Amino acid sequence: MKITRRQMLVLLPAAAIAWEHVLAGTPEASPNYTMSEHWWSMLIDIPKCIGCGNCVRACQEENEVPDGFFRTWVERYHVSDEDMTNPVVISPNGGKDGFPPVAKEDAGKYFFVPKLCNHCVDSPCTQVCPVGATFVTPDGVVLVDQKYCLGCAYCVQACPYGCRYIHPQKEVADKCTLCYHRITKGLTTACCEACPTGARQLVDLKNPNDPIHEFLKTHAVQILKPQMATGAKVFYNELDGSVR
Amino acid sequence: MSGVEGYMYPNEVTLYWSVLIVLYPYITGLVAGAFILASLERVFNVTAVKPTYRLALLTALSFLIVAPLPLQFHLGHPERSPEMYFTPHSTSAMAMFGYVYLWYLMAVLTFEIWLDYRREIVLMSQTSKGLMRVIYKVMTLGSSNISPRALHIDERVSWVVTLVGIPSAFLLHGYVGFIFGSIKANPWWSSPLMPVVFIFSAMVSGIACVMVLYMAVTKLRGKKIDMRCVDTIGMYLFYTFIIDFSLEMLDLIHRIYEADESFRSLDFMVHTKLYFSQIVVQIGLGTVTPLLLLALTQMVRLPEIVRKRMYVVAGALTLIGIFAMRWNVVIGGQLFSKSFLGYTTYKMALVTKEGLLVAVGLTLLPLAILWVLVKLLPPWTDERAPEGAAAD
Repeated sequence: MKITRRQMLVLLPAAAIAWEHVLAGTPEASPNYTMSEHWWSMLIDIPKCIGCGNCVRACQEENEVPDGFFRTWVERYHVSDEDMTNPVVISPNGGKDGFPPVAKEDAGKYFFVPKLCNHCVDSPCTQVCPVGATFVTPDGVVLVDQKYCLGCAYCVQACPYGCRYIHPQKEVADKCTLCYHRITKGLTTACCEACPTGARQLVDLKNPNDPIHEFLKTHAVQILKPQMATGAKVFYNELDGSVR
Repeated sequence: MSGVEGYMYPNEVTLYWSVLIVLYPYITGLVAGAFILASLERVFNVTAVKPTYRLALLTALSFLIVAPLPLQFHLGHPERSPEMYFTPHSTSAMAMFGYVYLWYLMAVLTFEIWLDYRREIVLMSQTSKGLMRVIYKVMTLGSSNISPRALHIDERVSWVVTLVGIPSAFLLHGYVGFIFGSIKANPWWSSPLMPVVFIFSAMVSGIACVMVLYMAVTKLRGKKIDMRCVDTIGMYLFYTFIIDFSLEMLDLIHRIYEADESFRSLDFMVHTKLYFSQIVVQIGLGTVTPLLLLALTQMVRLPEIVRKRMYVVAGALTLIGIFAMRWNVVIGGQLFSKSFLGYTTYKMALVTKEGLLVAVGLTLLPLAILWVLVKLLPPWTDERAPEGAAAD
């Protein structure tokens, strides 16, 4: 095929624009990382969580989360013996600064529940996005392309877990990325790294050596709101039935 | 935290769908309803409503032009909204908005109005002067044949367009209902009845809007209100309203009887934060009162002047009631936590991008557009624009 000089003049800028788009869709360079070899999720070991708020602080610092919004937060449940289905839940400032002490005379049980995006397989947030700006990566992480997001907040409405918000400065949807910029470089997430008790553990379900496989076999592990059928991938050990 | 009772997930404290998103289904509902009223005359041969036929079409167009504006003001990045046309996400209900909107605007409403007015447009392009002549010339789209045969073809095509327009109007507003009804995370919205309720409430609001507009404008023009027309519209409004109210009550009864995990939370909300807007305004003032007034006009032989006043009051209350219904759906759906453990408060700003002033402006804008359209394309049957007086 012969291309004339005139045709070349037209083709070159077009090719440059196309190449720019290809580059824009390329994830940050991570040598030796193959997306198809991983399937990321997280394990939350509820009995180990002490409500220190380290995870929330680490997340906010690592990801520059704006004040008043949360990519992860910690809730404290108080379930009384009389009314097991209506717990009293608090999460002052997302649990970032810890929790007030518990009065000794209060009956019932107390426990902490860290929350974050569940990186659902059938995520309702990606389903409703009008332009496909939010998507599930081949390694199982739900992300938002903030250069493409319209900021319509439909995904915020669709998330059953309250994990999304509209970034007040960027005016686009924002949420937990499972520290994608870290895990693709062989690191763990900021919250997992900061957890002093190992209550949060990054999990790679495609890694046969990941201890999660043994853990899932030997523990009563659940996900949040299974009735929503979202394919949530954040696993909770010893999740109380009162947790929403 | 201020405005929060009980426990909200921390990211739920802020409401993201504001009064502008209330306005969006309200305005599209008026479009769909006005169009369906117009189709009564054209497709179902209800000749009594003929005096409102063209006014209904122009009303629908005025509101349709404004319909996407609340969304644009709401978006964090409105400059990216064309992406919905270029790279729509096939699984998103919202992605279809652009197409449904364009289809309705161009293929249905504008086309039908153009066909209906073509004869007048051609005549006015020949008789008017100056700028108006140019405007009408452009509006002919180069088609100046107004022979009886050409007009007969217009008539036939217009009939087909209206026929296509009815399901399109259902699609336009049913689809808006689907945007809410398909959100499984939100029990206040998630219901297969939602699109149907939206369609019928749209018809109710559109019919009421055209009825009130027709009576107000006729009065302003110093002409006599065609009572046969208004009585017929009142009758259709009454019956449509009964269907709409029945559907809403069916939804309510179903929720109460089923009393699923969300019921306690939603029930508390209706009795507290939504009490005024839902029980008082939507149901009491905006539904039961106009239904009673309309029922009286159907059952009792009342003097003309009484009927007129009752229609105006019923129409105005209906419009307020349907607005309250949209408010309760959109705002109510965000006031409770998806944990069902708490409630937040909607604080409407005054002068921000999504504030009250913008909302009021966007509500009045269609009326300004309608005023221009009526000047350009007079819709009156009692005074069809005489040749040469086109611009008046």
